[in-house]
Amino acid sequence: MSIRISKEACVGCLACTKVCPGSLIKEKDGKAFIKYSRDCWGCASCVKECGFGAIDFYLGADMGGNGTVMNVSEHGDLLLWKVTRPDGTVRVIEVNGKNSNKY
Amino acid sequence: MSIRLKREVMAADVLIIGGGTAGCYAALTLSNHSDLKVIVAEKAGIRRSGCLAAGVNAINAYITDGQTPEDYVDYAMKDAAGIAREDLLLTAARRFNKVTADLERLGLVILKDETGNYVTRGKRNIKINGENIKPILADAVLQAPNVTVLEHVNMTDLLVTDNEVRGAVGFHMEETTAYEIRAAAVIVTTGGAAGLYKPNNPGFSRHKMWYPPFNTGAGYAMGIKAGAEMTSFEMRFIALRCKDTIAPTGTIAQGVRAKQINSKGEIYEEKYGITTSERVYGTVRENQLGNGPCYLHTEGIDKDTEEDLLKAYLNMAPSQTLRWLQSDRTPGKEDVEIAGTEPYIVGGHTASGYWINTNRETTVTGLYAAGDVAGGCPQKYVTGALAEGEIAALDIIKKDRRMTGSYEVLSFAEETFLKYEHILNGSEAVFTAEELEEAMQKVMDEYAGGISVNYQYNEKQLKLGEEKILELTKLTRYINASDMHELMFVYELLERLVVCRSVIAHLGFRKETRWHSFQENLDFPRSDEAYHKFVNSTMKDGALVLRLRDIGKEADYEHTDI
Repeated sequence: MSIRISKEACVGCLACTKVCPGSLIKEKDGKAFIKYSRDCWGCASCVKECGFGAIDFYLGADMGGNGTVMNVSEHGDLLLWKVTRPDGTVRVIEVNGKNSNKY
Repeated sequence: MSIRLKREVMAADVLIIGGGTAGCYAALTLSNHSDLKVIVAEKAGIRRSGCLAAGVNAINAYITDGQTPEDYVDYAMKDAAGIAREDLLLTAARRFNKVTADLERLGLVILKDETGNYVTRGKRNIKINGENIKPILADAVLQAPNVTVLEHVNMTDLLVTDNEVRGAVGFHMEETTAYEIRAAAVIVTTGGAAGLYKPNNPGFSRHKMWYPPFNTGAGYAMGIKAGAEMTSFEMRFIALRCKDTIAPTGTIAQGVRAKQINSKGEIYEEKYGITTSERVYGTVRENQLGNGPCYLHTEGIDKDTEEDLLKAYLNMAPSQTLRWLQSDRTPGKEDVEIAGTEPYIVGGHTASGYWINTNRETTVTGLYAAGDVAGGCPQKYVTGALAEGEIAALDIIKKDRRMTGSYEVLSFAEETFLKYEHILNGSEAVFTAEELEEAMQKVMDEYAGGISVNYQYNEKQLKLGEEKILELTKLTRYINASDMHELMFVYELLERLVVCRSVIAHLGFRKETRWHSFQENLDFPRSDEAYHKFVNSTMKDGALVLRLRDIGKEADYEHTDI
């Protein structure tokens, strides 16, 4: 379980470094980078915090991961979770923050 | 070049160590009901720290229509096989609904029916959208009058003289600053302890675990070292989870009523019982009998239900939704494989933690504990942690504990700072903190009832485990840290080793099997009425002293014979 940060998409705002519950993301050359990738809990706090879509998370191979990545973007009350498979197919799930879980 | 830490001395009426669920609510209570000056020291950033970082999708402790707080006490008492405190459970349960209403006022979304009533999940749960529960709490704290939040400050030791708390010491995780924070009262809300045992995913995904891997038992360790009495460390918590992702199973089991089945398709949960520990035990036994793997039977659920499940997991454990969507093996097409986690010490689920009075004060005067770090009150969950934060805060206000004028200089603070500098500047490193942590987890796994031995142990194994943990503790003198983050890694290891020693001592002292899997002593495989008591421990002159305490029935418990 871990994340990857796109150097191209990262604007260096470092918002993610402040919300990681393990403080695992640090600054390097003006951009965010994951210094302790094996220590990621998978909470996705940084993925939600990033307003630039620069952070994806993925399942480690030891968790059965197949290279699919996921990120999320906020549009008002809506959270759009985007899953991109290795073959390029994309699935988006929309969750309205004003609605509760049904389970 | 050697590092010299800047010394920063601060004072407040109340110091709260840990800005998670209980800590945030304690701070809000103090701010709303008093003019006491409060400092919250949080080792991460407060908006997403603690166990609510990813969110939570239900309030698991709520008094629904037709139920009473007393019913909740009965349920929790039975689930814990009688090892729980009625006074603690009842005082928490009476506040469950009030603190929930408070969270709703702050912005938490709770599911309602057409008539405006909360929609329940079983007898004790209500359904929420808890993805943002922590930012909601944290933002309220950041705006609260008289509250200062110190982020990325890791507290390591309590300052205690004459069995009364005087504050605590710690260090900043990025800047080379050491903190001495003096206070008239301290509330420990650091959470429980993960990472004591070898985890389900020991390799790259070692931190993909049930409980936050950043909750390292700091509060337990500082309490043990300061001579506070602790309870029920032998009552470990093992969660039944979705395999690999270690995501919750309750949402599937309770939400879509999926049964636990073995690989032959037989429903086995009825065979072993449905208490929290029995659900884990049944799964372990079925695997031992060759009937594994075990599953939650979800195959055949309809498309809409499946879609709702995918969304529910996004609000608390997005890795499970990712796991389902990365291929087409979604829960409607395939049953969900389940497994027990490694054991944790966590007072929000079981009874492990500080031995406290009804007002949540520990056996050290002025030192309070709330949430997962506080013992005796299992199944308290999020609302119970909030309730305990409130109860502790109200007692401090009632006693009007505040800093007045000057205070004596304590040499212990400077001694601790020198220790930090020694670790930062040392050059004799042989081992790394990571290496010793893995060695510790291996010892606990094999000799103190971890996953690889089906959570069972005997006394010979415990004895060896204790020796090995003490040896590893000696080796910690050979580790260094090259920056402040690494210094925190060293302290997390030291904390865990202290907690491991207590866990082993407690496991050995309960000469019965009170709960399958949670505490399964193969030398004493049955339960014994003589142990229908609490196992408590106190560190005295470097040695752990254990004792049994009666399951009292007092409505208002006060420390008398400490």
